[in-house]
Amino acid sequence: MNLWDYIYNLANIRDRITDWANGLFVGWVVYLLIALVGIVAILIFLVPSLMAFIWIERRLVGRFQVRYGPNRVGPFGILQPVADALKVLAKEALTPADADKWVFWLAPVAIFVPALLVYAVLPFGPRMSFADLNIGILYVVAISSLSAISVFMAGWSSNNKFSLLGAMRAVAQMVSYEVPMVLSILGVIMLAGSLQMSHIVQEQLDRNVWFILIQPLGFMVYFISAVAELNRTPTDIMEAESEIVAGYHTEYSGMKFSLFYLAEYTNALAVSAIISTLFFGGWGTAPILDKLPPWLWFIAKIYFFFAILVWMRGTLPRLRIDQLMGFAWKFLLPLALINLFVTGAEVLVWEEYDLAAGWIIPSMVIINFALAGILIVAWTKLFQLRRAWA
Amino acid sequence: MSFKTEPLVVNFGPQHPSTHGVFRMIVSLDGEVITDVEPVMGYLHRGVEKLAEERTYLQNIPFTDRLDYLASMSNNLAYVLAVEKLANIPVSPRAQYLRVIMAELQRIASHAMAVGSFLNDAGAFFTPLMYMFREREKVLDLFEMTCGQRLTYNYMRVGGLSHDIPPEFLPALGKFLDDMPGFIDEYEQLLSENEILLARTKGVGILPPQLAINASVSGPILRGSGVKWDLRKADPYCVYDRFDFDIPVGKAGDSYDRFWVRLQEMRQSVRIIQQAVAQLPQGEVRSQVPATLRPQAGEAYAHIEAPKGELGFYLVSDGSVAPYRFKIRSPSFINLTPLREMMVGYKVADAVIILGSLDIVLGEVDR
Repeated sequence: MNLWDYIYNLANIRDRITDWANGLFVGWVVYLLIALVGIVAILIFLVPSLMAFIWIERRLVGRFQVRYGPNRVGPFGILQPVADALKVLAKEALTPADADKWVFWLAPVAIFVPALLVYAVLPFGPRMSFADLNIGILYVVAISSLSAISVFMAGWSSNNKFSLLGAMRAVAQMVSYEVPMVLSILGVIMLAGSLQMSHIVQEQLDRNVWFILIQPLGFMVYFISAVAELNRTPTDIMEAESEIVAGYHTEYSGMKFSLFYLAEYTNALAVSAIISTLFFGGWGTAPILDKLPPWLWFIAKIYFFFAILVWMRGTLPRLRIDQLMGFAWKFLLPLALINLFVTGAEVLVWEEYDLAAGWIIPSMVIINFALAGILIVAWTKLFQLRRAWA
Repeated sequence: MSFKTEPLVVNFGPQHPSTHGVFRMIVSLDGEVITDVEPVMGYLHRGVEKLAEERTYLQNIPFTDRLDYLASMSNNLAYVLAVEKLANIPVSPRAQYLRVIMAELQRIASHAMAVGSFLNDAGAFFTPLMYMFREREKVLDLFEMTCGQRLTYNYMRVGGLSHDIPPEFLPALGKFLDDMPGFIDEYEQLLSENEILLARTKGVGILPPQLAINASVSGPILRGSGVKWDLRKADPYCVYDRFDFDIPVGKAGDSYDRFWVRLQEMRQSVRIIQQAVAQLPQGEVRSQVPATLRPQAGEAYAHIEAPKGELGFYLVSDGSVAPYRFKIRSPSFINLTPLREMMVGYKVADAVIILGSLDIVLGEVDR
């Protein structure tokens, strides 16, 4: 194996270390060592990515708003996140006198840990998962819904009315959007026949079709509900700067605040990664371009979706809580259910016929896109946001 | 099953991102629904009306700059009109036209700020505000060219203006007037058809025309409720009777209509300025006025259609160098009176939108 093989698939490095350690230590030491290597690898990816994301967001939003964005620290302001981090570290982390001290301290940790845990199952490339659980996507859903609890902990313990309002909104919103999100994922799971993240990607590569093409409606529902869970602009009612000051983290300052901030970006990154995995073929790419390492493609897709998130943030106004709830229950949930039925029928066809028959996948693509278009238009006419409450 | 619940009383302000200064609302909430609003004002009270009684008529002009600090020109204009009425001072035609041009430019700048920050309150992350800042900046550049200032102009004088416009002013103004309608189109396209914005503003904070009249509100808020009342038409001052322009009025009286009326008024202002530039006469801009003005004992009230509504100055003279009484009828303050009627029954998020659609400036509310 030459150097390029190690770069092309980083799992080879892990294998090399495993081989080396097996000769030296007993089994459980090797196990711990490899786990440590995996954690370090994820952090090596995560920390620079978070910094890059913060920089990208500030620069892009700056351009959207006809201004420069940070451009003083380092070339193109690229060291701005470092300066931010130093500033935040040097700041005093205040605790309000009437706060519930234990819960107040625990909340930033409790929100950051689940955000980090999601990365354990992300397939960065072939064999490149920290833990390729056979219930991978279920694990992601379970872990990411934990953040509702931490947000409520933060809002409740601050003993601040704005925080409490933000926390109440957060719980209502997160619980509502969990439902269409899980239902929209189900379509992909049925097509792939597995909950395992790497298997979902492999299935897309084997069939030579990204699931976005067969699941346009599922993608739309998942994207919207995932963005809602991220509390970014069109749906950031839980921190709604212009209404409830900063929502659940109004009372937080210093490093405790920045943990909330980092958790938001970590989640945004994870959502981009899950979208790429479920709907855009994960590490896969066009045959000509596969000279580049697969993990690079995966990261490129993550950045692409993050740029879309930034774009949305720079454009859209915020929804009100009742409209947001109405949107989840009246719009996304029925569409996700219909998508589920249609996909179920299609999976039967899928299994019935020989996949080698070239007409199946193209016809499914056409049917699904047409159906998605018709359904979205029809549902919009039925339940316009304006009429949802009037 | 019924729970025993308590109303949540939340204090919006004086330090809050969306109260446009140091305004304070004590809001009672039932969950997310507003059950009561109590506005608290006075955090920016500087006693301008009392201070003005100790100073000469000329010295009072800079005070008016600091009332509605987003529309200093309009404040200047209303005050000097009152003094001219009190002392019977003539104003040259050129000064009249330039006053109209300045007041309308100021309206564009002020409405730009109002619309931009209104959309910011609606949750659009600063982008619409920045777009509006960009256009407002061009107006501020024109003002800076004229009087050297960008916020507190102190440009109008009793009997005219402090000085004539510089030669480069009219070409720059022409370019601005050419660009502005296109920009308003772009802006309307960007947000007026946005489903989220419509959902957030349509039917929110409805002010019925009858209540609007009874509460004595004025300006875009009154016109948003569908009442066609504009002092430029109803009681023309300066030379407004020589221009052709429309008064846009809303239909439902909701936040969206107030937003829409402001956008349309910017268009009309462009029309007025174009006509004023075409008709602009030559001549002096300042008539002969004694350095220490001593109007005869008496009283005068002059009002104009400022960007925020009817801005009036009521002056009483006892024949000395300083006004005996200096009363400001500030539109922002009076437009706040129907606040409770507009807010009760809506959600917390709507409170911010409704307040944003009123477009208050605290320098004027508290004086």
